[in-house]
Amino acid sequence: MNIVVCVKNVPDTEARITVAPDGKGIVEEGITFVVNPYDEYAIEEALRIKERVGGTVTVVGLGPERAKDALRTALAMGCDEAVHLCDEALAGGDAQAAARALAAALKGIPHDLVLCGKQAVDDDSAQVGPALAELLGLPQVTVVTKLDIDESGKCARARREMDGFAEVVSTPLPAVITAQKGLNEPRFPSLPGIMKAKRKEMKVLTAAGLGLDAGQVGAAGSPTTVLAMSVPSRARRKCMVEGEPPDAASKLAGLLRTEAKVI
Amino acid sequence: MAQGVLIYAEAREGRLRRVTLELAGKGAELAAKRGEPLAAALLGSGVEPLAKVLGEHGVDVVYLADDPALKDYTTDAYARVMTDITRAAGPALLFLGATAIGRDLAPRLAARLGCGLASDCVALDLGADGLRATRPVFAGKVVTEVGFKGSPCVATVRPNVLPPAARQEGRAAEVRRVTVTLDAADRRTAVAEVIKAAGEVVDLAEADIIVSGGRGMKGPENFGIIAGLAKALGGAVGASRAAVDAGWIEHSHQVGQTGKTVSPTLYIACGISGSVQHLAGMSSSKCIVAVNKDPEAAIFKVADYGIVGDLFQVVPALTAEVKRLREG
Repeated sequence: MNIVVCVKNVPDTEARITVAPDGKGIVEEGITFVVNPYDEYAIEEALRIKERVGGTVTVVGLGPERAKDALRTALAMGCDEAVHLCDEALAGGDAQAAARALAAALKGIPHDLVLCGKQAVDDDSAQVGPALAELLGLPQVTVVTKLDIDESGKCARARREMDGFAEVVSTPLPAVITAQKGLNEPRFPSLPGIMKAKRKEMKVLTAAGLGLDAGQVGAAGSPTTVLAMSVPSRARRKCMVEGEPPDAASKLAGLLRTEAKVI
Repeated sequence: MAQGVLIYAEAREGRLRRVTLELAGKGAELAAKRGEPLAAALLGSGVEPLAKVLGEHGVDVVYLADDPALKDYTTDAYARVMTDITRAAGPALLFLGATAIGRDLAPRLAARLGCGLASDCVALDLGADGLRATRPVFAGKVVTEVGFKGSPCVATVRPNVLPPAARQEGRAAEVRRVTVTLDAADRRTAVAEVIKAAGEVVDLAEADIIVSGGRGMKGPENFGIIAGLAKALGGAVGASRAAVDAGWIEHSHQVGQTGKTVSPTLYIACGISGSVQHLAGMSSSKCIVAVNKDPEAAIFKVADYGIVGDLFQVVPALTAEVKRLREG
């Protein structure tokens, strides 16, 4: 089975984010970038399927030079090939533009299954998986916590999280599946894997190489634009309620009722 | 020329979800500013009675796609019908709830229509150059303002943030029936099974009150204390990543950057130190209470009310007090 996994390099979830002086982006200096946590579940699932039924796992990433780190990590985990979409023309794009570039890349890579994280933890837009499915004309199942591929390799059953319940969706393959936490427990890259990944050549593609006009992708091809960014702040009362537990609890309940008026 | 506002009306078990009424409120406001009508797309099987409810909540035109083939939400069929309705209505603005369904449907719809989408918005307004959407990124560590090129401008809106539309007795919408025609390509996936959680449904995104437990809970058996307070308050149970990763509670309860971002009226954090990723997911709550034995815990910096103490004593006492107040 040929599996393609889309990966993104994002700031670590423990990173403190500050806004750049132009108010349109974040300060990247001093931030540790990691594989988007939801993409790790996608990579792990692809590797498990490959280990069971054979095939290849190709990781595709879009982003600047540092995006190579995420692809390198995916290779070290056991993925076979890596494709880096790296071009000034692809920079600054929104999620729909990113999906367009990824769709163009995937048209040149055989795929029986496409796995993505359910969202990237930087822009939190959760659009690329479904938009990619649409552009490739494939069915999608999003926010998946369990995936069973049929022996035939022609269909799958995916358990997806709804609001307060779950459902099992059957889908023909190829399909785009987006991974939610709980799908599996991602492995750590092995030492031999890391060594091998270092030597592995990555394929690098530009917008032109993807057959895309600069106007279709990147900032120029994006239907949305970030106008401003700010760090939210909310004044808090910061009232410490003192006393022995029963007294403190009683005072707190009173404050929540009469002062905050929330209960 | 694109005109008017279209909202996706989400029905669940014969009722409109609250977020739909929240969209109706904002939709009516922005439609009035533009001097244009508010329309709603109502899809499902046996959902016709809900058209009346939409009319009472400010909707002018309901596009009703009531068909047995739409009984379950499936991406392909709903995307097809929503595309047809959107093309027929030709709206300038299209809003969906940022629910499991809205988040599955909207990005696909935007890709099909070739237009822009701002996900999980917390505020929407009209500027001189069209829709301005406010959305948290990095799970709320940063807030962005998004502008659009082209139309329709599509936004999914986080539940529980905007006020719902007021009911206007006797107000009615014009109902336009939509004929549902689905090809094989619109019927690829199917819902094979629905799995309801045992016990109470956790719907953190829509919960007004959330009581969360963290590492300080010490084990899965102690989450009963959290559930007890949540029940007394009529709220939902949340958890920190530490508690989920320890296997004490399911991931569907997790609040934070790799869990859910929530903004309830009241958030009570018990035994949660307040890591950056957790704070990102709950710091937009209207009122935050922290109970922790460590006075230096970061959670106190974002709290409105804090108690430094043993949660195993404080939380049950609070539960008893809430019960007393509620009964009294």
